[in-house]
Amino acid sequence: MTRHAPKLLPALLLLLVPFSWATAPVVHPGKQGPPDTMAARVQGCSTCHGPAGEGTPNGEYPRIAGKPQGYLFNQLRNFRDGRRSYPPMNYLLAYLQDDYLMEMAAFFASQRLAIAAPEASRLPAAQLAKGATLVRTGDAKRGIPACMACHGKALTGINSGIPGLIGLHSRYISTQLQSWRSGTRSANKPDCMRDVAMRLTQDQITSVAAWLALQSAPIQAAPAPPGRWKTPVPCGSQPQ
Amino acid sequence: MNAPLRRIRLNPKPAALAVLAVTLALWFGISAGAVFLGRGQSLDEAIKRGEYLARVGDCIACHTTHDGPAFAGGLALPTPFGTLYSPNITPDVQSGIGNWSADDFYYMLHTGHSRDGSLLYPAMPFPAYTKVTRADSDAIFAYLSSLKPIQQRNRLNELRFPYNSRSLLSGWRARYFREGEYVPEPKHDAVWNRGAYLVQGLGHCGTCHTAINALGGSSEDRAFAGGLIPTQNWYAPSLTLNKEAGLGEWSFEDIASLLKDGLSSHAAVYGPMAEVVHNSLQYLTDADAHAMAVYLKTLPEPRESRSPNAPRGATTVSASVLSRGHAIYNAHCAGCHLSTGRGEPPGYPPLAQNPSIQMESAVNPIRMVLNGGYPPQTAGDPRPYGMPPFAQIMSDEDIAAVVTYIRVSWGNYGQPVTPGEVNALRSAPLLD
Repeated sequence: MTRHAPKLLPALLLLLVPFSWATAPVVHPGKQGPPDTMAARVQGCSTCHGPAGEGTPNGEYPRIAGKPQGYLFNQLRNFRDGRRSYPPMNYLLAYLQDDYLMEMAAFFASQRLAIAAPEASRLPAAQLAKGATLVRTGDAKRGIPACMACHGKALTGINSGIPGLIGLHSRYISTQLQSWRSGTRSANKPDCMRDVAMRLTQDQITSVAAWLALQSAPIQAAPAPPGRWKTPVPCGSQPQ
Repeated sequence: MNAPLRRIRLNPKPAALAVLAVTLALWFGISAGAVFLGRGQSLDEAIKRGEYLARVGDCIACHTTHDGPAFAGGLALPTPFGTLYSPNITPDVQSGIGNWSADDFYYMLHTGHSRDGSLLYPAMPFPAYTKVTRADSDAIFAYLSSLKPIQQRNRLNELRFPYNSRSLLSGWRARYFREGEYVPEPKHDAVWNRGAYLVQGLGHCGTCHTAINALGGSSEDRAFAGGLIPTQNWYAPSLTLNKEAGLGEWSFEDIASLLKDGLSSHAAVYGPMAEVVHNSLQYLTDADAHAMAVYLKTLPEPRESRSPNAPRGATTVSASVLSRGHAIYNAHCAGCHLSTGRGEPPGYPPLAQNPSIQMESAVNPIRMVLNGGYPPQTAGDPRPYGMPPFAQIMSDEDIAAVVTYIRVSWGNYGQPVTPGEVNALRSAPLLD
């Protein structure tokens, strides 16, 4: 090359792109349309929640894989109908019907993934202990039932409307509790989680979110069957 | 086009009809006026036809809030001039149109005056609805009158000075409004005329697909040539014969299936058009969808020699942007849309030669990459495939590069886009 080459470089970087700028056409003989699978259809969810619903490592977008089908279906409907406000989700689901949302929920509910390792916490042990107490026994003085009373002794949720609370990031859990308090998240009435969230103090939210995120998931993290059990407070998401 | 009409008075003088009249008046909630019924048509049939026509007119889109009762109004309609609130059109006597007659309703649709004589703002598409026949207006009125009355007071509009003065509307009307029912064109057949009537009238397609100017008016010589939808930040593509940007290459079946199913082998609908298909067009009869396609296939190109949608020749793009765009495309897009940009229609729409991607305005492809989308679920597309949003994981520079790559590849003739254009659309409202 000549010594003028560096000067020519910017000019070379500007290419005239003709109409034919393209790679050679690839022909797919005998193939008609996309794969006829739910995995192909739910790619609208995958940038944030991951192809199998595993969620993002920082907890901003939660794991949806393996959550109870009824819970996922309720959330899809809540987003579509505006009971939960998060514009990117509200927009994606606006023109989909219940039967298809149920199929999407079934797809993610059936995914069985290893649940992420517990999250470390910098909170003092005394505060974490407060979280543990709330989870196991609640706070009778403030009228708050134990988390385990609804979400199951193993905290892996109850089929079909109640989600598990382990394998989630503390940031996600506390954001959801705050959303209930501010009204950007709501559920079918009677909205039991709203009542619970309204009774929690900020300190309790921090403690319970941190303690839950510290727990390791059991090997079998599937939601428990409903059985003959009853929620301590009436819940529109798990009618009994 | 319609069968001869007979007129039924709802408060007739002859005593023999009084009982019938009272029954009808109670049922309809109408105190005066008359409804036209086609020969041999019962009120039930008129109501049913009215329901269909109200869907074709997509009344519900503006007259219903997201979580409110149907047709009770109250939806905020942001305009460049301020916010309007749609009125209650249920038959409630105090807050709705329970006191209206079929005459009042037709007068409103046809002239753009409300029952009290005040001028309507053109957010109500009366420049299109003026073309609706009296019989169709009456059927819609019969349907609305058959609904459960909902008591919900209308909200006051919040328009900025000077637009808050309705007297300004006289000037606007003189310039942009031509009153008159649709007159069939004898040189075309009944199918074409039916399509023209639906597209120009109830369908009010021109409300978005004809560009509007700073005064909110549209000019006839740019009819259906496409335009940016103000405040919504989506671009309504050209519907004209233009081969590159319009419907020139589409078959009747392609057009009809885009309208009814929300997708065809060329494209799928997202954004405002997804809402139109969801509320309105999916309910079209096959005959009406075909008629609209027949009419749309004959729309002339705008008279101007250089359409904003026309190819602009070769495009100069920086090689670094192009290679960055190519790499992003291969990593995130080619899995579905293929390296050829041909996609796997109809579930994965083609990007090559897709008119919506190449237009002068790049808002549609930018928004698709930012926000993704699901086309509406319809009988013809009961399990739609979804396009993922990338706003959460891609920078403005990456999105600008990949949209630029898509707009200039495979024979596409679009112009490059800048990171600034992408950034501006990050805050665009996702749902109106």
